[in-house]
Amino acid sequence: MTVKSTIEAIREAMREELAADPRVMVLGEDVGTRGGVFLATQNFIEEFGEHRIIDTPLAECSIAGVTLGLSFKGLRPIAEIQFSDFWWYAANQLVGEASRVHYGTNGYLSAPFVVRIPYGGGVRGGLFHSQYIESYLYNTPGLKVIAPSNPYDAKGLLKSAIRDDNPVIFLEHKKTYRAVRGEVPDTSYTIPIGKAEVKRPGEDITLISYGLAIHYGMEAAMLLEDEDVSVEVLDLRTLRPLDNETILESVKRTGKALIVHEASITGGVGAEVSAIIAEEAFEYLDAPVSRLCGPDLPAMAFAPTLEDGFMVNTQKISDALLKLAAY
Amino acid sequence: MSPNGEKSPSSTKAMPAHRSLGLTDDQLLGFYAQMVLVRVMDDRLIALNRQGKVPLVASCQGSEAASMGLALAAKTDGSCFLFPYYRDMPLKLVMGVSPMETMIGHIGKDGNTFNGGRQFLLQGASPNFPMIHLSNVVGSNLSQAVGYAMGCKILGEDTVVFASFGDGGSSQGECHEAMNFAGIHKLPVVFCCYNNRLAISVPQEKQMAIEDLADRAAGYGFPGVVVDGTDSLEVFRAAKEAINRARDSSGGPTFLELKVERLKPHTSDDDDTRYRTPEDMEDSLRRDPLMRLNVYLMGLGILTPNLDEQFRQEARAEVNRVTDAAENAPWPDVSNLHGRLYAP
Ligand SMILES: Cc1ncc(C[n+]2csc(CCOP(=O)(O)OP(=O)(O)O)c2C)c(N)n1
Repeated sequence: MTVKSTIEAIREAMREELAADPRVMVLGEDVGTRGGVFLATQNFIEEFGEHRIIDTPLAECSIAGVTLGLSFKGLRPIAEIQFSDFWWYAANQLVGEASRVHYGTNGYLSAPFVVRIPYGGGVRGGLFHSQYIESYLYNTPGLKVIAPSNPYDAKGLLKSAIRDDNPVIFLEHKKTYRAVRGEVPDTSYTIPIGKAEVKRPGEDITLISYGLAIHYGMEAAMLLEDEDVSVEVLDLRTLRPLDNETILESVKRTGKALIVHEASITGGVGAEVSAIIAEEAFEYLDAPVSRLCGPDLPAMAFAPTLEDGFMVNTQKISDALLKLAAY
Repeated sequence: MSPNGEKSPSSTKAMPAHRSLGLTDDQLLGFYAQMVLVRVMDDRLIALNRQGKVPLVASCQGSEAASMGLALAAKTDGSCFLFPYYRDMPLKLVMGVSPMETMIGHIGKDGNTFNGGRQFLLQGASPNFPMIHLSNVVGSNLSQAVGYAMGCKILGEDTVVFASFGDGGSSQGECHEAMNFAGIHKLPVVFCCYNNRLAISVPQEKQMAIEDLADRAAGYGFPGVVVDGTDSLEVFRAAKEAINRARDSSGGPTFLELKVERLKPHTSDDDDTRYRTPEDMEDSLRRDPLMRLNVYLMGLGILTPNLDEQFRQEARAEVNRVTDAAENAPWPDVSNLHGRLYAP
């Protein structure tokens, strides 16, 4: 075990898989000599060579399409989209084409690839460097969508994603890259896709979240101990497929649920999770299912006051938890 | 090349063109018989559409020589992989897809190996044929083909990849991206643009400001070749040269602009009298690829009126047979709606 940052864990996951499986390769903008703009692929080109670490032209649609074509040929490409704000160009190949490969060929073909996408705000990136894109992705049958919150999960889940035979979108919250550090085994391990994790057991309220917001949620849960409110924190980790079982098991026990995410509230992951709870755990509820989500605005605004206004934080979450506790 | 030529340049050579291309008389006769079958099949699909039995037909009439000429080159080569588009029913037949599977696929009956009834126009992919035709989203197959070609190169295979699309499809940003990528890595891929000068109703001059799409290839660093796409042998020749270039150490991609015709409306949902004049249509009919191959073979005495009639009768009998069989085949069970969404 060594303490590592999230970006180091991501790098380690890719390096291990590149070393273990000659079919694995990396492509994207600046992933070669520059090592990626966030240094996720630092020194890869020296270690694995130009034929496996490919600097692509600045064109996301073909990055995704070429990745899909490579996967048809049995390679296991990992594509990097530099920022989530630029993934839209790739949407046709990912949502339109890749998601339909297995279904549309009646199970004959598969598309074993990963697209890593740094996303999210809190980094003063403004409208076009802070976007949350998971709401557009998690409702696509045929894709898997992962959004880890910490280095340990990032490494284990990315390795599972690379070994998975389906197209996997791997969402990396930019602010966790360096701000979130934690113990990560130096050896190889995987974490199953589609399994949520109870980060903290509790009895009164289930707080359901993913990505950066998990950390604010953990802080808020700690604060509420002083108020004698016991909060269970559930990290979804995978957004598609959702781990309904773990969500329902927890909410049936606590009787109250708060779903927290930074993506806009309408049609977000929280909308689906609350619908699942309403349908499957109605009789167990002691309060309405609550959501604390990003506002319905295009993305984070630039100025610090505006950005802070958009983001969820520990204070906002503990306020929401207290309100729910008092219901 | 003579895009508007009445006469096939290949029929003017001293040595018959097909023999200098390494095709025997019998091979070319077989190819012609298959083109007759394609025509009968296409007409039947249109008729079945009128009867409400085939939901959509994208007629191949006018581009058979392009579609089949490429496929013949790919098939005789033996290590090519194809990314066709919706007008490539003839390509699939040449690659070995049976008339029965074609018919079943168009109706949506159970048992086709491409998609199990989940897609129209026999889209999808089959373990039995070296091709992927994932979708009908115009231009989407191009970067996939480039990625596939890159994979072949990485794995040290000598596969050459063909991707076909229309003149309208060439306007997609993705077409530019795919050709640019292929040029950079000198990938073994042949971009085959069937230029029928129409994208549904939009004429070429509203699609682009140039006459020859092949001119664009220079901008990607590889050759662009204009080919009379109604002349089967010219297509075959150009495709073989492109295959050789793809395998050449200094080679790489080729852009083939196949000047074809569209002898039918865009699809069975279209009414081309809204935007085509009868004169324009007549001009196109004069370049009917089937008629041109017929004239070539008759001119050489390889095909006779009797033999031609025999081919047509055999084709009708075969298409009748598969129509009946497909109409009697079961629909996919509704249980096939679900499952096989994620690879295990
Ligand atoms: C991305 C996309 N936009 C629009 C369409 C609808 N559409 C289908 S075919 C077509 C025209 C294509 O023309 P062209 O590429 O020249 O090929 P052709 O049909 O003439 O062979 C259009 C607009 C589509 N299938 N995909």
